[in-house]
Amino acid sequence: MNTDYTINPLGDHSLIIEWSQEISAAVHDQVMNVYNHLLTMQLPYILDIIPAYASLTIVYDILLVRREQNNNAFTTIQSLIGPALTAPLVHKTEKHRLLEIPVCYDPSLGLDLATMAAQKGMSEADIIDLHTSQTYTVYMLGFLPGFPYMGKVDDRLATPRQKKPRLNISAGSVGIAGGQTGIYPLASPGGWNIIGQTPVKMFDPALESPCYCHPGDEVKFIPISLREFHKMI
Amino acid sequence: MIQVIQQGLLDTIQDGGRYGYQHLGINPGGAMDRAAMYVANILVGNDPEAAVIELHFPAAVLLFEEDTLIALSGGDFGAMVNEQPLDINQPIWISQLSILRFTKPVSGARCYLAIRGGLNNTPWLGSHSTHLKAGAGGFEGRKLQKNDRIPVNHVDEDIDKALHQKYLHTTQLGTPLPWRADVRDLYSDGSVIRVVTSLEYPELTPASQSVFTSHLFTLSEQCDRMGYRLKGPALHMVHEQERLSAGITRGTVQLLPDGHLIILMADHQTTGGYPRIAHVVSADLPILAQLLPHSKFIFQIIPHDEAEELLIAAEQHLHFLQNACNLRWQEWLQHNQK
Repeated sequence: MNTDYTINPLGDHSLIIEWSQEISAAVHDQVMNVYNHLLTMQLPYILDIIPAYASLTIVYDILLVRREQNNNAFTTIQSLIGPALTAPLVHKTEKHRLLEIPVCYDPSLGLDLATMAAQKGMSEADIIDLHTSQTYTVYMLGFLPGFPYMGKVDDRLATPRQKKPRLNISAGSVGIAGGQTGIYPLASPGGWNIIGQTPVKMFDPALESPCYCHPGDEVKFIPISLREFHKMI
Repeated sequence: MIQVIQQGLLDTIQDGGRYGYQHLGINPGGAMDRAAMYVANILVGNDPEAAVIELHFPAAVLLFEEDTLIALSGGDFGAMVNEQPLDINQPIWISQLSILRFTKPVSGARCYLAIRGGLNNTPWLGSHSTHLKAGAGGFEGRKLQKNDRIPVNHVDEDIDKALHQKYLHTTQLGTPLPWRADVRDLYSDGSVIRVVTSLEYPELTPASQSVFTSHLFTLSEQCDRMGYRLKGPALHMVHEQERLSAGITRGTVQLLPDGHLIILMADHQTTGGYPRIAHVVSADLPILAQLLPHSKFIFQIIPHDEAEELLIAAEQHLHFLQNACNLRWQEWLQHNQK
């Protein structure tokens, strides 16, 4: 197990474990390994565990710790999580889900597809092929409830965020920002380059599990026609 | 039931917050000023984190359809029942069909209304807090609007029976009970906000570090439940560089690309990539929650273990108030129970 991480307080009621600050499957596997071990340990006092690209943030209840432990809460949590940090790396294939998400890349939904194709000297079909030809990892959820940050897209697709964010992006819009791809679960302002839209609800508060994607999931995009899109929505 | 007869600026149902879902991008939310939520609830004998209404000025006008016991805490918005002024931080018996309105922003930014029994909305993911972005929790996942009718849990304990008996024939519409919670130790004048430093603090230029700890910062007009943007001299990092997004928390002070600071509040995003300069200590979050735009303060850096101790001290004070409230009710019952 790689011990190349640091643990620091993140304010007075959380701590952050950070690994080498890069977007890579190897680093993220370590993040998810510790995350999954922490979940099985069912530790007391912990309110939230937030996995990201190369970090885990642990939010804890200071008052609960101090009611039961005669010690500084940060020190207590740090020693409680120790076993998860030294746990052996469980091979990833035993854990992850593969989600196939249908996406319609029609220009009426993929608002930036034409501009991106022109900028990169590719056809729109090339962009769609590149986007659908590989499997992505959900590195983290953030920004909005159920917004998956996935990567890494083919270098030829990488596109910086738009300088002027759009005021309203439709729910289900699939976008690219830098080397990442993501899906807007709700209508929202945003700066990602929109190349398509999925009819799948990424966020539904009425469901017991309201978010479609979870950290560590694998995602493959399946191209569908506009007709299929309207049938599925 | 409580009826909204006039809509306020932003009135939402909140409780202690929704934890356990930040890995899905669902932030905890909850009352901005937890101390005020706690105090309002204990004054009416509720669980300290029971659902309350968080009011911003101008606040809603509310009609109580039944007799009930309420308490207000946090900001003082010049509450009146019909023409009778009501103080904050004390229990008030409200007669059926009374109208509660808020007439002027006397102090603070958020007023908390607790109703005995608590509000009876269906919780979402274990919490009554309104998640405005998700459109879930609280009252239909949104701010309160005209004609909303908010269900209240019915309680029928000794206190309730005795209150009904005593005030059955009262002509007064709002009757304060003769005790109040002293909350002065929980708040300061807000001129100093205590922080612990964060990961990127050492990467500020020495000049910026000195500005951070010595200069007055002002709350801008862009202050809401998500975050407070500050006005002050621009701060600079030694090296500007892109950072990977990571989990962030309530109270985190981030440096925005324009050199200005933002403090993340209750409805903050769960992840962010801006440099983390500091974190407001938990004990000072209620103070910050009550500051209005244009308020000025300085940041004071304190050691991490001291921040924990401050929160423990605040919690002990709240427990002391809760015990005192319970004692007052016992005494009151002895005098008023038939």
